Amino acid sequence: MTAVVEKRPPGERPTTKAKASSIGRPHAAWALPGVLFFTFFAVVPMALAVYLSFTSWDGLGDPRPVGLDNWQKLLDDPRMTQSLWLTVVLTVASWAFQTVVALLLGVWAAGRQRNRAILSAIFFVPFLLSSTAIAILFYALLDPNFGIIQKDTLGSQSGAFLAIVFVGGWQFIPFHTLIYQGGARQIPEVLYQAAAIDGAGPYRQFFSITLPQLRHTITTSTVLMVVGSLTYFETVLILTKGGPGTDTAILPYLMYEAGFKTYDFGYASAIASFLVIAATGLSLVLVRLTGFGSMRSTREGM
Amino acid sequence: MSHDTLPRPTKTRQPTSLPTPAGRRRRHWTKRANPVAGLGSFLWLIIVIVPIYAMLSASLTSADKALTGNPLKPPTDPTLDNYNTVLTSGFGHLLSNTAIVAVSVVGIVLVLSIPLAYVAVRTRDRWSNAAFRLFLLGVAIPAQAVVVPLYLLIAKLNLYDTLLAVILPTAAFAMPVSVLVLVGTLRDVSEDLYEAMALDGASPLRVLFQLTIPLAKGGISTVVIYAALQAWNGFLFPLIFTQSDEPRVLTLGLFNYVSQFGVNIPALLASVVLSGIPIFAVYLVARRALVGGLMGVGGK
Repeated sequence: MTAVVEKRPPGERPTTKAKASSIGRPHAAWALPGVLFFTFFAVVPMALAVYLSFTSWDGLGDPRPVGLDNWQKLLDDPRMTQSLWLTVVLTVASWAFQTVVALLLGVWAAGRQRNRAILSAIFFVPFLLSSTAIAILFYALLDPNFGIIQKDTLGSQSGAFLAIVFVGGWQFIPFHTLIYQGGARQIPEVLYQAAAIDGAGPYRQFFSITLPQLRHTITTSTVLMVVGSLTYFETVLILTKGGPGTDTAILPYLMYEAGFKTYDFGYASAIASFLVIAATGLSLVLVRLTGFGSMRSTREGM
Repeated sequence: MSHDTLPRPTKTRQPTSLPTPAGRRRRHWTKRANPVAGLGSFLWLIIVIVPIYAMLSASLTSADKALTGNPLKPPTDPTLDNYNTVLTSGFGHLLSNTAIVAVSVVGIVLVLSIPLAYVAVRTRDRWSNAAFRLFLLGVAIPAQAVVVPLYLLIAKLNLYDTLLAVILPTAAFAMPVSVLVLVGTLRDVSEDLYEAMALDGASPLRVLFQLTIPLAKGGISTVVIYAALQAWNGFLFPLIFTQSDEPRVLTLGLFNYVSQFGVNIPALLASVVLSGIPIFAVYLVARRALVGGLMGVGGK
């Protein structure tokens, strides 16, 4: 680029190095509207959530500083402990269920036969319904009088928990299958040919080639699942309302109740701040453990 | 995105230096039938189809018969009454509100994200890098966590209980992924093309409209669909930032039907079917763009 620019007739354009490399390049300020918009509606609220967690606010009037009261309450609240544990177990169970099914389906669907293409298209349909619609669908299908299973599934603790894991999987496995399908298609064929020559069967090939080659895909999918498990809020709100009792009240649901049911916005903000800290911490741990950070460079040309 | 158009290594015949056993097909995945995998995918097909079938079948059953029968049995005398009930209870209003939200969100996301991605790819100075990193981290911000302070902001802006209260935050939260997808696409545009246009004296704005946008069509259509889906499916923001009937969107309307129709489960399911039809129509038309774009997310 610089070499080309130096061939220009002198005087036509300033030929200092800095200018030369910036010809035809947009100014960084072009990013400003987007950055400001996102900052105002996402980053500022995050900081504000932390601030509000040190206040008492009922939604009317102005927030009143109360120091560490909300955080103290958070530590003492037995529902918080239960909810945290529940959120962790739900996330892990959903991750295990969705990863196993999506990985197998995705690798299978990476084939190019016609029936696979059609099946993959059908598999994708649940993802087109909104979380709300899906929650209502299963709310109806699990109804003890009307539903497929003539039992009060949602009335028992394990039933309600498993229902949420299953409904979450039903909705999101199509999406993750697609991710794995994309990942599996990028594995170089040569690896399989070499393995076949060495006498490796399909299962050996799966564990020795497919799985290791998909490690970045597994990471991406896992991060999306972990962040996405927080959106189970709709499913919980509609399917179980946190019940039976408080047995499915995950953290976002607890926050919703504290804020918009009992109007204790300070406490809700403390839960929200905790949620952000936990989510960020978890992402960082995942990045460390799995080398997601190094993916940034291989994302070139994604 | 580009993956479907890239030449696949599988399609290039291997030179004789790598002999393959006679009769072996080149693609490992079609090499031989894998009965276990086939059975597994068939099982999943049932898991996907049964609830959808039960929903369609129940939505065609009259309300009084619904409680006596099993939803898996096909309806004996199908009726469209339930659809009629839903359509006459303000469904059109919900639909048009949702369409307004979706179009606005897509518009805002495109207008803000395209210049951002363009700068992130073309101008690699400190500031544009910082902007890009903000959105990289932004992917991890859960909407749940900021909904209380956003409620405060929306109230202070006098936007509570308006469609704008839904549109603005939804657009903001659709931005991180959109920026990442666009940056990914724009990186595929050859540097030579940019240099050629720059030598011709084209301004960055002209380059954006005549080169970048036309070449990034794949990524842009992914973003359009992604943002539209976010808007179409959004629940939390409408739930908390609106209250009256006027700005009510589809998801919230569905949520209200749960109490409104009570035991009339067939009508409830008819409303779910109706809510899915528009997006399903889009899927039929734009399947390739949607699936291709999302497939690239986990690659490499």
